[in-house]
Order: sequence, then C-alpha cells, then structure tokens
Amino acid sequence: MTHPRVAGAAPASIASILRTRRVVVCCGTGGVGKTTTAAALAIQGARDGRRAVVVTIDPAKRLAQTLGLEHLSNTAHEIDRARWDVDATAVDGGHLHALMLDAESTFDDLVRQYAHDEEQASRILGNGFYRNIAGSLSGTQEYMAMEKLYELHATGDFDLIVVDTPPTRHALDFLDAPRRLTRLLDNRIFRLLMTPARAGFRVGTVAAQAFLRTIARVVGTEVIDDVLAFFRAFEGMEDGFRTRANEMLTLLGSDESAFVLVTSPRHDAVVEATYFADRLAEGSLAVEALVVNRVHPRYPGARPDVLRARAGELRAAGAAEEGAVPDDAVALAAQYENLADLEELAIREERELHGLEARIGTVAVAHVPELAHDVHDFDALRAVATHLV
Amino acid sequence: MDLERFCATSRVVIVAGKGGVGKTTVTAALSVAAARAGMSVLIVEVEGKSGLAACFGRPPLEYADAELRPGVRARTLTPDDALVEYLEDHGLRRISRRLASSGALEVVATAVPGMKDILVLGKVKQLEKGGAADLILIDAPAAGHAVSFLLSAQGLLDAVRVGPIRKQAADVVELLTDPARCQVMLVTLPEETPVTELVETAFQIEDRAGVALGPVVVNGCVSTIAGLDGAVIPTPDATGDAALDATGDTLAAAARFRLDLELRQQEQCARLAHALPLPQVRLPFLFTADIGPSEIDVLADALAAGVDTLEPVTRP
Repeated sequence: MTHPRVAGAAPASIASILRTRRVVVCCGTGGVGKTTTAAALAIQGARDGRRAVVVTIDPAKRLAQTLGLEHLSNTAHEIDRARWDVDATAVDGGHLHALMLDAESTFDDLVRQYAHDEEQASRILGNGFYRNIAGSLSGTQEYMAMEKLYELHATGDFDLIVVDTPPTRHALDFLDAPRRLTRLLDNRIFRLLMTPARAGFRVGTVAAQAFLRTIARVVGTEVIDDVLAFFRAFEGMEDGFRTRANEMLTLLGSDESAFVLVTSPRHDAVVEATYFADRLAEGSLAVEALVVNRVHPRYPGARPDVLRARAGELRAAGAAEEGAVPDDAVALAAQYENLADLEELAIREERELHGLEARIGTVAVAHVPELAHDVHDFDALRAVATHLV
Repeated sequence: MDLERFCATSRVVIVAGKGGVGKTTVTAALSVAAARAGMSVLIVEVEGKSGLAACFGRPPLEYADAELRPGVRARTLTPDDALVEYLEDHGLRRISRRLASSGALEVVATAVPGMKDILVLGKVKQLEKGGAADLILIDAPAAGHAVSFLLSAQGLLDAVRVGPIRKQAADVVELLTDPARCQVMLVTLPEETPVTELVETAFQIEDRAGVALGPVVVNGCVSTIAGLDGAVIPTPDATGDAALDATGDTLAAAARFRLDLELRQQEQCARLAHALPLPQVRLPFLFTADIGPSEIDVLADALAAGVDTLEPVTRP
C-alpha cells in the first residue's frame, strides 16, 4: 500500500477530491453528522457532473425520506435530477444515486456468488450459525459496507462512490472487520475438528474432541452441531472470501480512494477523531480532508472576561441605586453575559480544532456552521455542501 | 423526591442514549450526586473506552475497581473480561486462555448471539447480589446497541435450550425486568434527531425488553439569562462601554442566536414530553470549559435539583 499523499505537497481541496477520486469514505464517531456529510458530498459530486452514489448506513428518518430510502435496498436507485437541481444550475452529465445498506442480504449475495453450486449456497444460507453472522454479528455491517463499496466500484457504473460508515465506538472496525470475519470463517480449530477424511467424517484429535465437549457443556450441543455444519458447508469458500477482503483493502489504500474524517468541535468528538486519524495512519491510510460540523462563530473583538466583569459592574451599580436595577442596564448586562458565553464556546472549539488539525497535518479542512435546523432536505444539503467545497 | 430516595428505587441504573449525547457525563454526574447523598457508587463501563475517568481527572479505568472520588468507584467490564471470568468460575480456567487465543471464542460467541452481553449483565447481577455498592451505574453501549444489549438475554432464552448459559440468561432477565432492582435512565439532547431516536429506543426498551424506565435526562439545555432581549440594540457608547469593542449589532445578534436556540430546545423538550410520558430532568449546557471534576460538580447539583422536583415513583 502506498501513501497517497506526498509529504509537503499542498492538500487537495474537498472540491478536487470530489472531482478526481472514485471512492470517498466518511468516517468518524456517532452523532457528528457523518451521514449528512456523505449525502452532501455525493450531491456536490453529482452537481459537478459525476455519476455519484451515496451508500448510507442508518440515516435519520427524514434524511432517508429525502433520499428515497424508506426501506433497506441492496441496489442503488437514482434520484430524479429535478429534486437536487431545482434551479438547473448543475453541470450536465451528473447523476445521483442512493442506497441504504442491507448488510444481511449483501452477505447472502456474497455467499451465492462464491458457492460452488446452488446446493452449497442453500446449505449455508439456511444454517443458524451463518444467520447469526449475517444478521447480528458485530462487524458484519462494517464488512458489508466495504463489500458494497467494492461491488459498486467493480460495476463501473459510478465515478464517485461516497460511503458513510457505521457509528462504531471502536474507530476503525470497518477496516478490521473484513479481516476479522475472514479469520472467523477460516477458523483453524474448527477446521482441525473436521480434518478431512475421505471415508466419512473423522472428528480430529482426542484433544480437539475434549475441547469440543467442554464448549458443548457450556452452550449446549445443538449450537456446536450448527457450527460444525456451517464449517462443513463453507469448506472451500474461505479462500475466495479472503482474496476479496484483501482486494477491498487494496482499493481503500489506493489513489482512487480518499478518507474524509467527520467530527464536531466538541471535546469528546475531537478525542475520537484524533484516535481515528492515528489508526488510519497506522494502516497507511491518510485522512485527506477534515469536516467539522456545527461550529459556532467567533465574535471578533469580544473578550469574555472583560464582558463578564462589565456585566457584573452594571448589575452592581444598578443594585446600589434606589429600587430595582434599571431595565436598560439589565438588558445590556444580559447581552454582555451572553456574548461572553458564546465567545467562550467558540474559543474553546477553536482550541480543540487546532490540536486536531495539528495532529492530522496538512489536509483540506471545512467548517460547517451550527445551523438553525436539522438537515434533511435537498436545499439544506446543498447549503451544507457550499461550506464543504 | 430527594436524590437519596430516587437512587434507592433500584440498585442498578443503566444509563443509555445515542452516541454524543453525554451519556458518560450524566453517569459521572449521577454518581457524584448519589455519593454526596451518602451512597456508595460503583460505575461499570462496558465498552472499555470512554472518557469517564477523565471526567474525574483520573487515568483510564481498568478491570479492577479504582476510586474516582470518595464514595465513587469505577471499573471496566468488557465482554471479553466477562467471558474469561465466566469460564474460570465454571472450572474451565485451563481452556479459557486457549479459547481466547485460538479465535474459537469468537466462533462460540457468534454461535450464541448476545452471549457476550449476557455474560456482562450476568456479572452485573453478581455484583448486585453481592452488594458491591448501594448504587451500580452501567455506562451502556450507544443507542441502537443498547436495545440489543438489553434484549440479549431474552433472545438467548429462545435460542439455547439447556446449559449454564441458559441459567445465566434467565437470571439476567429476572434482574432486568424487576423495577425494584433495575431501571434505565435515558439521556438525550434537546435536538430533533436525538429526541426522535430516544422515543423509539424508549418504547423498544419498555415493550420488548420489559425494563423499567426512569426519568429522561435532557442534557445540554442552554440556560436562560434574565433580561436577555434580542430586539433591543443597545448602545454601549451611551453607557461608557466603547472600550469593550462589541458593537450593539453584535450583541443583539448574539442575543438572538441564544434566544432562538433556547426556543428550539424548548420545542424539542415539549415534543419529547408529548411523545414520552416520562419525567424530564434537564442539565445545563456548559459554555465555559471541557468536562472535568468541577463541571461534573455543577451537573451533579443540577441533577439533584432536577430530581428534587420529581414526583415519587409509584410502582404497581
């Protein structure tokens, strides 16, 4: 894997990332506006004339409705141009597609694709252990998001694929998941237990049998039977899965792909974002853009300490006089106090972001201001996009 | 109702909410409020990574208890920890490490979905039964996963018919569904999407998992400043404040920004109250600093004051 960014080179702007890359992965912790950012980036790409698709994971209901994603769907559907280009100002040739990941059926499709025949596929798909993997195993959603990306890339139908990532606590589960799951599918112990025997099944060694009995004692034999049946059925497919997972990781590390780190200026989100950036760097994957949502404005010249002191004086002076504090002094004191609060917040956010930006190095940075309303229609998404490029 | 009585409602309180709403902060504030009321508190962190210790200005938590401040102890309890401990408790010490290192553990955990969650909750039950503290606070996994976390035991009872794991699951269900032993405290922000998601989560927790819900904590509510009016454009010059270098327009715009925000937040609190008939405890948004011990004290005061205004809970 090569480092896509040359040291010392000027960072590519988000606009140029959207024009030149085929894969854009939005990552970040939960609750920072990742899905919204992904949607806004895809819309911008489409408006720039690209055939864009956004893969969302778990969009908020109203955003999902806007994108026509009331239900999980495994195929991308096109969004009518009239909806994202009401004023007909976008470049010609652009298309916008959206998809809400259905991890379970994506996994099923993958099994069908790699099975030698229909019979093997149906044995796997009907197995209880497999259903657990496809339906609820943590990491499956991440794995399938990457699988979907790979698949969309392979079709050649799109020249910009923007992927939202699941809101995992453990930053880069989506990078680890394919490897972790292929390791699971490839489990040595269970393969050992099923050491191939031309004449029927000879269950492994004596030690392995004891081991198996012990596990069965804890979880019950039915569960173990299910697991064994799965590995028997899966035999021979693990190489295909592993190869594909490796190809997926190669694509993510290539020049075609860019990682966009999404965060908010809140302390905890910045801590998580820093962790993400470090982990991406460990995997030789560079963050090429940082998007900070919900940034509060600075008020030039305002000094919180001075403002607060003055507010205190106004109130004290008023109180020292006969009767109540005059209304205009109260109003002014309140406004000073408020400006001090807001400026202090903005200063704190700026300090958090300085630290993060210094850590990540020279990348494109976009700040999206705190908006009065949640973003869930095309107008609002376009407004967000104007802050991104 | 005073805080002591509130905390005596159930020994286990699971603090849950969507990522980014301040679950960990609320957990810390509640622990401080309870400790001040004279209770011993144990915080259990189940994801192995949170800013909880940092709220108290302490190094990250470990599997062994650590005292964060007088009356408040905390520890981690990740699924892997719980599984290894479970196997050791069941005389399987010899194979537990081998299970973990060979990857077979992953296979077993996958074969029995929710098993890890059950082991964590089973351990919580053990702490509760053993009287580890007057109040045990669980800093739960983020929203969507919180529901599956709470449903895991029920699901396992359906899937596994025999064995010690089934017994464990039955014990966990018993704990979760007994309002005198366990309740969930949901945390949200006064914003549209978090409120919508909280309402969905609340119904799932109550209807599907059968766990009792305590008051909802609305975190980050911007406080009102008496006399703040965005329509008044003051003239700092007239009051001799030119040196402040803040124009009347800036002041008025900033005032309107806050008043708008307050209004939107009130709308969301009202929407929440309408959709979910649970008492709300509101915690203030802190403009000034990062969350550290003194901010947690401020939030603990607000939490205790908020709980004071609640009606005592009457259980059927």
